[in-house]
Amino acid sequence: MQPGRAMNNGIAVDLRNVVKRFADVCAVDHVSMQIRDGEFFSMLGPSGCGKTTTLRMIAGFEFPTSGEIFLHGKSVGNTPPFRRNVNTVFQSYALFPHMTVAENVAFGLRMKKAPPADIARRVTEALELVRLGDYAARRPRQLSGGQQQRVALARALVNHPEVLLLDEPLGSLDLKLRKEMQLELKSLQERVGITFIYVTHDQEEALTMSDRIAVMNAGRVLQIGTPTEIYERPICRFVADFIGETNFIEGKVESVEPGGIATITSDDGLTLRGQAIRPVTPGMNVTLSIRPEKAFLAVQAPPGTPNCYQVRVERIAYIGSDTRIDVRLGTRLFDLWEQNSRSTLDRDAYWQPGETGYLWWPAENAIILTE
Amino acid sequence: MVDIQMPQSVRIAGGERRRSAGSLALGAHAILTLVFLYAPIVVLVLFSFTRDSFGVRWTGFTFDWYTRLLADQRLLTAAMNTLVVALISTVVSTIIGTMTALAMERYRFRGRTGFDALLYLPIVIPEIVMALALLAFFAFSFGLIEALFGVRFQFGLATVTISHIAFTISFVVVVVRASLKGFDMRLEEAAQDLGANEWQTFRYITLPLIMPGVIGGALLAFTLSLDDFVITFFTTGSGVSLLPVEVYGQVKRTITPKINAISTLMLLVSITLVFLSQFVQRQREV
Repeated sequence: MQPGRAMNNGIAVDLRNVVKRFADVCAVDHVSMQIRDGEFFSMLGPSGCGKTTTLRMIAGFEFPTSGEIFLHGKSVGNTPPFRRNVNTVFQSYALFPHMTVAENVAFGLRMKKAPPADIARRVTEALELVRLGDYAARRPRQLSGGQQQRVALARALVNHPEVLLLDEPLGSLDLKLRKEMQLELKSLQERVGITFIYVTHDQEEALTMSDRIAVMNAGRVLQIGTPTEIYERPICRFVADFIGETNFIEGKVESVEPGGIATITSDDGLTLRGQAIRPVTPGMNVTLSIRPEKAFLAVQAPPGTPNCYQVRVERIAYIGSDTRIDVRLGTRLFDLWEQNSRSTLDRDAYWQPGETGYLWWPAENAIILTE
Repeated sequence: MVDIQMPQSVRIAGGERRRSAGSLALGAHAILTLVFLYAPIVVLVLFSFTRDSFGVRWTGFTFDWYTRLLADQRLLTAAMNTLVVALISTVVSTIIGTMTALAMERYRFRGRTGFDALLYLPIVIPEIVMALALLAFFAFSFGLIEALFGVRFQFGLATVTISHIAFTISFVVVVVRASLKGFDMRLEEAAQDLGANEWQTFRYITLPLIMPGVIGGALLAFTLSLDDFVITFFTTGSGVSLLPVEVYGQVKRTITPKINAISTLMLLVSITLVFLSQFVQRQREV
């Protein structure tokens, strides 16, 4: 155990009220979060949301305007990057073009004046870890994008950092390679057991890999939680909208039952039921969020279902695994996805535009958002 | 497909063989330009080997002028002075120029645009103005120093060297900045992230990557210093002489093929440097 690690209670990175201002722009606005040891933690948000600036402050490339950052209990607010045991994988990889793959990987150990025999052994290990053992003598430009990505990973991991920071590392790879690398990164993280902090604007990527996700917007952290919590129990409209797709219906709370099921009346007079995440009281203005895969379209009204509305099918889009159906509900188009579990050759099994059906959902499938 | 296209392409190639008048004129123009540029130099080199002591007629081949050159103590001293001045001024202006280029590319500071313009000024202002300005500057400051401290400074190799540093810095800055344009500053962040301090980052990452630019700038500074006449003439003072000024002095007395010989040698040095710099740039690209 290293000195200064005693008091951290399994917290690798602790940000307390961190603010970063550039001239008159507030890039990071009172961000607080605790990232646990060995966790795959993602910061997710649209570009300009402050996620990269937060990452750069943890790396030491930027210093906070106010607030504190602790690495394993040690305050590092103004410590330069070369005195922090943290390594970064850059979006552009930033491999040194004038060095071979092995020299790139050895760079960090050389700077720390590790014994040459030690360096050679650890470099070989790191390259084996990312399955690039045969490429040690190549130059970065002789490698493909995915291989360069793995060199960047090896170059960081060889130093056994306390925390590994990844700044949209898969951003410049094509879709298929990106999917492969997502799984590879996740299994690599599980094997080495190092805390990963991963910055991305790709919600699917964050959901696939992360133990926990911090959703950010406009310099603030909106919600921190597991992928399931973020997707199933978003606490605000932005999170519900940014992660996955959803239908919003605005309305006013009429009554609340024990267990948080509330009845609301929409602006256009529909009576709807949903699950409140935060306490609501009658008269409150709220937004109902129903994900397209959590609502159903039936030929006949299911008996005894309160959330049931007669609707007209406006549009259908067949996308292979699913059919995306737009129905008219009140004044709005409501989007729902039906899994194509039956053969497409069975014409009767699928909705056609102009048909009438019954849209319904269980009350707990709809989330009531207060902000 | 291939069977159809083959005869077509043959026919086109046959048509190209009959050149139009325009392309003939273009070729002639290119050859004339080359002749115009290089004929005087070819003549210069050729007549450094003539037996004729006025160097205007071809009366047979000899290395005589080159051997006489080596016996001319004044010329040799001047050549040595020139080399020393060129070496020192190149080293100093390359260091200052590279640092300036780095600062200009990296930092945003007040008066940066104005400073930028000032940096390029020595390249565009007439050399005679620069020379006179340096002469006046040295004369004035030497007078001031003598009046204040009673120490007497004189024109000599030091003043020439300082002057050469002053006018070559701008050229170094231009060349090094060009090489910094393609430099990815994130590489420096990556190095620091991996534990390199500022100096190590410069030593192992920045410098090796901008080296072609630095060498290019140094070679340019060296050649500029080597053959500079105007500024050298105004800032050497009496007693010391550098090669271009010495050559000029000898030409005023008599023109002998010895001058051709020394010019040929200077040409050789310049060409070698140019090829060297090209070679270094080429190496980087591989």
